[in-house]
Amino acid sequence: MLRLAGGPRSLPLIGMILLALVPPVSLGLGEPFYIDLFTRIMVFGIAALSLDLVLGYGGMASFSHAAYLGVGAYAMGILSFYGVTDGFVHFAVAGLAAALVALFVGAVSLRTSGVYFLMITLAFAQMVYFLAISVNKYGGDDGLNIKQHSDFAGLIDLDNATALYYLVFGTLVAFLWICGRIVKSRFGMVLRGAKSNERRMSAIGFPTFRYKLAAFVISGAMCGCAGALLANQALFVSPALMHWSRSGEILMMVLMGGTGSLFGPVLGAVVYLVLEDTLSTITSYWQLLLGPILIVIVIFARHGILGLLAGAPRRPARG
Amino acid sequence: MAEPLLLTERLTKRFGGLVATDELDLSVVDGEVHAIIGPNGAGKTTLIAQLAGELKPDSGTIRFAGADITRLAPHLRSARGLARSFQITSIFADLTALDNVALAVQAHAGHSFRFWRSAETETALREPARAVLAQVGLAERADAPAASLAHGEKRALEMAMALATRPRLLLLDEPMAGMGPEDSVRIVGLLAGLKGSLTILLVEHDMDAVFALADRITVLVDGSAIACGLPAEIRDNAEVRRAYLGEEAAS
Repeated sequence: MLRLAGGPRSLPLIGMILLALVPPVSLGLGEPFYIDLFTRIMVFGIAALSLDLVLGYGGMASFSHAAYLGVGAYAMGILSFYGVTDGFVHFAVAGLAAALVALFVGAVSLRTSGVYFLMITLAFAQMVYFLAISVNKYGGDDGLNIKQHSDFAGLIDLDNATALYYLVFGTLVAFLWICGRIVKSRFGMVLRGAKSNERRMSAIGFPTFRYKLAAFVISGAMCGCAGALLANQALFVSPALMHWSRSGEILMMVLMGGTGSLFGPVLGAVVYLVLEDTLSTITSYWQLLLGPILIVIVIFARHGILGLLAGAPRRPARG
Repeated sequence: MAEPLLLTERLTKRFGGLVATDELDLSVVDGEVHAIIGPNGAGKTTLIAQLAGELKPDSGTIRFAGADITRLAPHLRSARGLARSFQITSIFADLTALDNVALAVQAHAGHSFRFWRSAETETALREPARAVLAQVGLAERADAPAASLAHGEKRALEMAMALATRPRLLLLDEPMAGMGPEDSVRIVGLLAGLKGSLTILLVEHDMDAVFALADRITVLVDGSAIACGLPAEIRDNAEVRRAYLGEEAAS
């Protein structure tokens, strides 16, 4: 089995260094396209990371994360529509709006668990999707063009692809760090306990519902920020962003990369989107190729690709 | 006389046509070890589940420390000092033994909306947890994943998690279930050591353990108490012998 020098712990660090080198390398190769691709990959890495917080640590298999991504993207788009260009406002509103939706979805869905939880979160996500389709003022089915990038008091120029890349990279690093702290904190221990044995948690005195809900809201807020980043890259938002299959893709990235490992979902986003990009240049039936590859990865790497690279630990890495 | 620590009045629970708890009046006095014995299917685990709050009784009341807790959620009962162990081992398999107990300590150390500091570095959680692990004889196994513990060790961990919540009343659902004689002796020793410092309601099939530990015994048959008294009285009670202790004792 493949093992890296420096042991499994160095893997996230190596991965992040490689990501940091993407812009100079792709500019050097004269292939600026890779900056766009990896910007998108890192945005989905953030979305997958946010899902891993509730799935990998809290055992909540949400099928609604595309909705938070979309709400964040629409928050940025609608603010721009009304001429608000301040990036700090964009991201604050995107995070808060997604958090509010997650609060509502979680408050209802968390009264169930397992496959019921999955179905109810999916139902809510579909409601948000159809809401976006039906509001014609913001483009309806056709989507909404965004006139300009978020303006961070003139500090960074997001028209520049490299600048946008490093904004996304910085956000990813910050969220990885924040999640790393959270999962080891008292709050994180409650989440892990609730995933492992919720009945026991009640018996020793924990009101688990409120902690799981809080985790769900934090996850939604992070995913909303990812949405605002995505809106900045595309300068366009449409309901397609919130299609239910998108939630499935994010879920697949987490499962492929390795649940309960924080960096795993980022790796999952890299593998999933690079595969998608590569296969779609070979054939227009690329999904026929992607499917079997995903199945093989999920079956043969029970702890995801990260688990495989780290020498398959017996249990998920501890943050 | 002051009200008993735990009191049930006409407690009833039915599952369809089956009456699992039948108008049960039970009182557990502060400081005693009160054993509940009875044949399989007598409703012992159903009773524990109602006392702990996992099952809602159909009628009747449960009073604990002077307050009606009949409708109180499990975690709120835990906050009032009621702890339980499970008949079928219920631990956090993917955490270490120490993490298991530290979580129980944490549950009673204020709210857990603390997102930043590593729980592993909080001596206020780790030290009490280590002390309880040592108390049940698991000090050496603190860093072992709970899933890797031997059966007897898991039972001890189960007990440690209940003790770590610093309960006033400990509900023990067959703590010796599936244990070898050596482990049983250890648990009996542990429980004997706890006597006096807290109140224990003990459901157990191991009669040696029951008669060694109990101050009072209630005999449960088909959901109702057919006898309640001192161990010697129960041993000599003809009805109990017939219903439960079996032919060998009756002969």
